[in-house]
Amino acid sequence: MDLSFSKEDLAFRDEVREFLATSLPADVKDRCDRGLHPTKEGQVRWQKILNEKGWMAPNWPVEYGGTGWTFTQKYIASQEFGHASAPIATPFGVSMVGPVIYTFGNQEQKDKYLPRILNSDDWWCQGYSEPGSGSDLASLQTKAVRDGDDYIVNGQKIWTSYAQYADMIFCLVRTDSSVKQQEGISFLLIDMKTPGITVKPITVIDKEHSLNEVFFEDVRVPVANRIGEENKGWTYAKFLLGNERTGIARVARSKRQVERLKEIAKTELSGGRPLAEDTDFNNKLTRIEVDLMALEYTELRYLSMIASGKQLSAEPSLLKIKGSEIQQRLTGLLVESLGMYGAPYEAERAYEGRNEAPVGPDYAHGPMAEHLYLRASTIYGGSNEIQRNIVSKMVLGL
Amino acid sequence: MDFELSDEQNMLKDSVERFVKDNYSAEARAKLADTELGFSRDHWKKMAELGWLGLPFPEEVGGFGGTAVETAIMMENMGSGLVLEPFLSTVILGGGLVAEAGNEAQIEAIIPQVIEGNMMLAFAYAEPQSRFDLNDVETSATKSGDGYVLNGHKAVVYHGTTADKIIVSARTSGGSRDESGISLFVVDNNSDGVSRRDYRTIDGQRAADIKLENVKVGADALLGEEGAAFPVIEKVVDQAIAALCAEAVGAMQAANNITNEYLKERKQFGTPIGKFQVLQHRMVDMYMEAEQSKSMSDMVAMKLDLDDATERRKAVAAAKAQVGQAAKFVGQQSIQLHGGMGMTDEYSIGHYFKRLTTLEMLFGNTDYHFKKYAALAS
Ligand SMILES: Cc1cc2nc3c(=O)[nH]c(=O)nc-3n(C[C@H](O)[C@H](O)[C@H](O)COP(=O)(O)OP(=O)(O)OC[C@H]3O[C@@H](n4cnc5c(N)ncnc54)[C@H](O)[C@@H]3O)c2cc1C
Ligand SMILES: Cc1cc2nc3c(=O)[nH]c(=O)nc-3n(C[C@H](O)[C@H](O)[C@H](O)COP(=O)(O)OP(=O)(O)OC[C@H]3O[C@@H](n4cnc5c(N)ncnc54)[C@H](O)[C@@H]3O)c2cc1C
Repeated sequence: MDLSFSKEDLAFRDEVREFLATSLPADVKDRCDRGLHPTKEGQVRWQKILNEKGWMAPNWPVEYGGTGWTFTQKYIASQEFGHASAPIATPFGVSMVGPVIYTFGNQEQKDKYLPRILNSDDWWCQGYSEPGSGSDLASLQTKAVRDGDDYIVNGQKIWTSYAQYADMIFCLVRTDSSVKQQEGISFLLIDMKTPGITVKPITVIDKEHSLNEVFFEDVRVPVANRIGEENKGWTYAKFLLGNERTGIARVARSKRQVERLKEIAKTELSGGRPLAEDTDFNNKLTRIEVDLMALEYTELRYLSMIASGKQLSAEPSLLKIKGSEIQQRLTGLLVESLGMYGAPYEAERAYEGRNEAPVGPDYAHGPMAEHLYLRASTIYGGSNEIQRNIVSKMVLGL
Repeated sequence: MDFELSDEQNMLKDSVERFVKDNYSAEARAKLADTELGFSRDHWKKMAELGWLGLPFPEEVGGFGGTAVETAIMMENMGSGLVLEPFLSTVILGGGLVAEAGNEAQIEAIIPQVIEGNMMLAFAYAEPQSRFDLNDVETSATKSGDGYVLNGHKAVVYHGTTADKIIVSARTSGGSRDESGISLFVVDNNSDGVSRRDYRTIDGQRAADIKLENVKVGADALLGEEGAAFPVIEKVVDQAIAALCAEAVGAMQAANNITNEYLKERKQFGTPIGKFQVLQHRMVDMYMEAEQSKSMSDMVAMKLDLDDATERRKAVAAAKAQVGQAAKFVGQQSIQLHGGMGMTDEYSIGHYFKRLTTLEMLFGNTDYHFKKYAALAS
């Protein structure tokens, strides 16, 4: 056991810092810091900068374009990214479907999609959930029927994040209804421009359009776009969900938000004194900070286990549960720090054409939006109730 | 002791319930919240016809002579439909201040107009630095000739946009956090020197930041005694807090009903999700929070007219603290138990969550009222 950094690690840290200081666009940083949804243009611009540096996919094997960083270097990079409010790459391509493709895809698929993911040429979205199949994902109904070299896909996906931006969607579809639910699912990569696909926007409670319904009507998908074997999609889907659960803790970003909150608390007043001197406020902030530290070291401990070749069961679920709860508490406290200036938040949609500055102090623009949106963090990626079910079953044997 | 409603009170309750049922379906409310105005002038007229806008005012000025209990009945039922009309701002706050502090001429000029639905009011008390402290007033009122000149910045004035007259707290003497030296002024919203930044709030309502720059008002704009407005403000704000507690109770009960129904309807894993014990227990906790809040809301309504100001303040602080934490819990868990459905703006539950979120903040959040109670109780 050792927590110290080597000389090389420190040099690496300086390199990351230098890169972020010179290369992170100010507008992209600003949105990330405030907790606003990225714009597609800004996100892609940033990801292309990352890719030019060779840092788009730290978790990929080197042969596919990964960085080859040690687990310590990955930690250092994520800390520095978080501290600088540098957005992480949109997960759907690089963190979700990318690993599925290089682990289970064929050579042609790897050659075709992986470079385009690295260079952000394709924006991917995730077509898992359906109206009748959320927590019970395996019950999904979207059907794919074989017709020569194609599948014909019919059905509906819902809660599809950023589908309006997407060039590609990875989809779970039912290819066999006669067997146990989990054994009749396949994993398809579908071009969003294929005739028969309709995307309908869903406005979220933060008044932003980040979710969609995606309808499939006789959509022809080449069989060549199937990952792995027919009816083995559930294996790939679960592999992907496992990856999704680790990234979701967002420790480094939460650490930055703690710093931000401390800055705000120096300016805001409570009882005529800086909010930073308010005992109740400080207690809440300190509890979050200590919880966050415990989460950070839990994540590191797990990552170290993985790096040393140990097998984890459902432990990463803990990271998702704790990480999302901390994010919610943190944005809740950020909103609280604003007093009544938390209330005026309107999505920028509503500001379009008005060209006015945000209401209240500049830092009041963002926290409420994020607070509203992050109610979803305990719902998406497998709800926290489902995660607790998993831990209770897999880890505790209940 | 008796927590039951009288026949008259039951009639009031039924009539508000009917109004909400007829006018505040989730779709109708969403549409209304999205209009420029953010509420309906027709509804307002209807409320005037039903006599509701005169509810708390004495019969001598044409009011109904109701107590805080009647106000609570009204607010609770409006809360269950997330009613958008500026009843609290106009009747309880603005009207309350005028009725409490105004002289005969002022009362006569304003209250009947309010009761008839011809005049809307708003109360501008908060400032960017004041957070929830009513005594933290930097806006100044300087004597000039017969009248006063007002300067300052009022923050997040609910319904400041549509108010015909704004009641402004301003300092006529003393330091910026002194309780003495605060005065109230009735200012026409379209006076020279008044500039407003209007905006929507997350709960579908409208508010404004109001800047006063050399706004000249006559001596007749002064409401009550110069420099002695603080106890009046505190008393009327206590009434507003009690009203908001009742609104929150109505909103929580409605949110719980919607969520409870959803747990019965929504199926996953081949069974209604309400069969999962963890959700059953969560729902029970939400129910208990609403029950505890209802009790506190009833309690504070009955204690509001007490002469003992300390007892009244304690009751108000305790009620708001309980209701505040319950509102947060119920609002947030309602979303959680709905899954993705809870996140869509098209569905009603998110709107309950958002209003419950601002109700927790308005006139002092949970921490603020716990602190206040602790100070009063020690
Ligand atoms: C903002 C957001 C973004 C999303 N992005 C995507 C995306 O890009 N792609 C995609 O495919 N999906 C996405 N989702 C969907 C998300 O994965 C689902 O919302 C989630 O799986 C829950 O499903 P559901 O919404 O149908 O809720 P339900 O499954 O109906 O759950 C409702 C409630 O019941 C609880 N519950 C359900 N089953 C159990 C049980 N067995 N025991 C105890 N409690 C239970 C849940 O925890 C929840 O509280 C997104 C969702 C949101 C809110
Ligand atoms: C101090 C004390 C005084 C008592 N006095 C009396 C007395 O005067 N007369 C008398 O008859 N009994 C008495 N009891 C017994 C008491 O009623 C039982 O302890 C109680 O009913 C729980 O039963 P158990 O101890 O067998 O625990 P279990 O029933 O085995 O429960 C163990 C745990 O499982 C939980 N659990 C059980 N079933 C469920 C379920 N369906 N869903 C969720 N959780 C569940 C329980 O909540 C508990 O946490 C007393 C107990 C104590 C501790």
